[in-house]
Amino acid sequence: MKNKKRTGVFVCHCGINIAGTVDVKKVAATLAKHEGVVLATDYVYMCSDPGQKLIIESIKEKNLDSVVVACCSPTLHESTFRKATNMAGLNPYQCEIANIREQCSWVHKDKEKATAKAIKITKSIVEKVQRNIPLEPISVPLTKRALVIGGGISGIQAALDIANGGYEVILVERSPSIGGHMIQLSETFPTLDCSQCILTPKMVEVSKHPNIKLLTYSEVQEISGFVGNFKVKILKKPTYVDPDACTLCGECAEVCPVVVPNEFDLGLTGRKAIYIPFPQAIPAAYTLDSEHCPGLVPIACGKCIDVCEPKAIDYDMKPQIIEEEVGAIVVATGYDLYEKERMAEYGYGRIPDVLDGLQFERLLSASGPTKGEVLRPSDHRVPKEVVFIQCCGSRDPELHNAYCSKICCMYTAKHAMLYKHHVPDGQAYVFYIDIRSGGKGYEEFVQRATEEDGVVYLRGKVSKVFQQNGKVIVWGVDTLSGKDIQIEADMVVLAMAIRPSRGATELAKILKISVDKDGFFSEAHPKLRPVESMVSGMFLAGMAQGPKDIPETVAQASGAASKVLAMFSADELTHDPIVAEVDENVCCGCKLCISQCPYDARIFDEEKGIVIVNEVLCEGCGACIAACPSGAAQQRNFTDEQILSMVDTILEGEK
Amino acid sequence: MAEFEPKIVCFACNWCTSAGADLAGTSRMEYQPNSVIIRVMCSSRVDPQHVLWAFKKGADGVIIGGCHPGDCHYQDGNYKTLRRVKLLKKLLADFGINPDRLRLEWISAAEGKKFVNVMNEFTDFIRKLGQLKLPENGGPPSGE
Repeated sequence: MKNKKRTGVFVCHCGINIAGTVDVKKVAATLAKHEGVVLATDYVYMCSDPGQKLIIESIKEKNLDSVVVACCSPTLHESTFRKATNMAGLNPYQCEIANIREQCSWVHKDKEKATAKAIKITKSIVEKVQRNIPLEPISVPLTKRALVIGGGISGIQAALDIANGGYEVILVERSPSIGGHMIQLSETFPTLDCSQCILTPKMVEVSKHPNIKLLTYSEVQEISGFVGNFKVKILKKPTYVDPDACTLCGECAEVCPVVVPNEFDLGLTGRKAIYIPFPQAIPAAYTLDSEHCPGLVPIACGKCIDVCEPKAIDYDMKPQIIEEEVGAIVVATGYDLYEKERMAEYGYGRIPDVLDGLQFERLLSASGPTKGEVLRPSDHRVPKEVVFIQCCGSRDPELHNAYCSKICCMYTAKHAMLYKHHVPDGQAYVFYIDIRSGGKGYEEFVQRATEEDGVVYLRGKVSKVFQQNGKVIVWGVDTLSGKDIQIEADMVVLAMAIRPSRGATELAKILKISVDKDGFFSEAHPKLRPVESMVSGMFLAGMAQGPKDIPETVAQASGAASKVLAMFSADELTHDPIVAEVDENVCCGCKLCISQCPYDARIFDEEKGIVIVNEVLCEGCGACIAACPSGAAQQRNFTDEQILSMVDTILEGEK
Repeated sequence: MAEFEPKIVCFACNWCTSAGADLAGTSRMEYQPNSVIIRVMCSSRVDPQHVLWAFKKGADGVIIGGCHPGDCHYQDGNYKTLRRVKLLKKLLADFGINPDRLRLEWISAAEGKKFVNVMNEFTDFIRKLGQLKLPENGGPPSGE
């Protein structure tokens, strides 16, 4: 229903940006004759102060009830003109933008045709605005607590920043300790800072922080609600050890008869079924891995419980479901390395002296399985020739991932350099496609590897890696000299691609946020909203969103935390009111709309027998409206009548 | 007689296709002026009746633009559009309208060039197809 009869149309020249291709005078003159338009005028720059003043004064003088500004894209100046409209005492939702620049004057050259099109566009928006209703932003309550998912460096940073801002944080980590992959690293590029030394103070701070509730060995199972008001169910798996009672004496692990590969050392060492992942683990306690322990039925084993003096072990510990309410969520689930099984041509998993980057980090680490000595896993001899292969699974759209994993060029340079520091008479070779060393001090670092440490860089791909006479033979090609290369190496290190953390896709489904084609969480805008997800109130940090190095991860985590803090600085939230609504007299309760809503905003009202809309949950996509067979559902200011009247105007004069 | 100029209605989602059309403008790319965009928040807001209405009112072609699969601002609105368009095309055929007069395209905010190509290509296609002639007074389909 047309409820507006006094529309003002303001056509902007935008200098010659619009006026050069569109006859703005003609647009204004034509619109002046349109039904319900009481004023149509043009001005050189509507967004300028005098331009806005023209709109404000016209609204007052002509007693306008609706405004159309024909100008640039609404993404640029919709808010400007809505504010101006509001200043004149009109509801801001009575102002609409006709996009005659980006979608008309800039894309057409024929002035006559462009003018005709600009008239159609403007008329269609006039028809729309004349059916607009005044709207007020919807208020939403706000729970000022945050959930951070993932306890690596990104999650730690985000949790600390939010907690230091004065708000409570629940930090959930699925493994027995926080620290993530960063705690596995030996040194970090380009400064060669000891990774553990810079991370453990932050881990301790997390464990001691009064505002942080740390839930390790826990997983997010269910999330409902909406921005400001999420309800979270977290599964806390039993560790069978009371962390407060455990004194870390290690007697239990001594007597445990079960040895399994140690995840922390990526299988280079073994651990017992009752174990602590690494000495600085937070929380500092042993964990009993129920998957491998034979003795949860005490008759079968029970050795650890017998030797535990503080009586910290409890075989009867049960999984717990912890329910929390939070206002914001930071997703910081990090990464895993690309599946080694897919790199069969490089012998990974088959040849013991072919390692991945993280395994080599453990070999280099002072706390690693060899206490920092570089030794071959097969015979514990010092490797004299080591080949590093970059882009294993990266930049290979045919077989593996199309994307660049970003950090491998740098960590390979670091690996080669550190190897030389450990084995000065050894030789390091690096096979590469390109060297990508963008970053502060990064290019200099790669130069240092080649110049000071004599690392030989070979531009080309490796075709095959195989074992012969105790050596690992690497066949490759140097594309710069055009020669085939064979290196009889003692060890090969693969710079495996970065992929999203295992379980990220499942988590995305729980959170209802989207992932990109590679499985990384999608940011709301690639340039301007890089720390927000598409779902309001959920933020992204670190590798979960895409490959990045530690400083970028920390920056994004702090960015996500600052978004959370900015959100928490308000008393309540507001929400765009262009949501779905239901004509209760027409709705027949068929529930088709419920199946269409991705936000659970459609609820069946048992008493009335109809489906209603939770305005706070509704994001205003309109999917349910299109599905409604009776027309009972409408989107505010995007009603069927509005859209159809726009179609009419666009096609006016035809048939 | 002047060459037939098709009338095309383009329903573009706010987050991807309309933004892609904006990018085409910002990049000063050129395309044929036969289409007019109706911006909706999501392609899933486009009701089949909007498309049928457009054909009834004289459109020779209708194009719906959404985000690429997996990139929908509203999680999966574009999949709903995909399903609806598939059904709608069958319905169009029943009405005697060539289903190719309706097109669904995924155009992201970064694909100004794609928007231009799609618009030009679709306009040329509809121009070749000629004006849509609907049967008078609900008569039998013309069997286009």
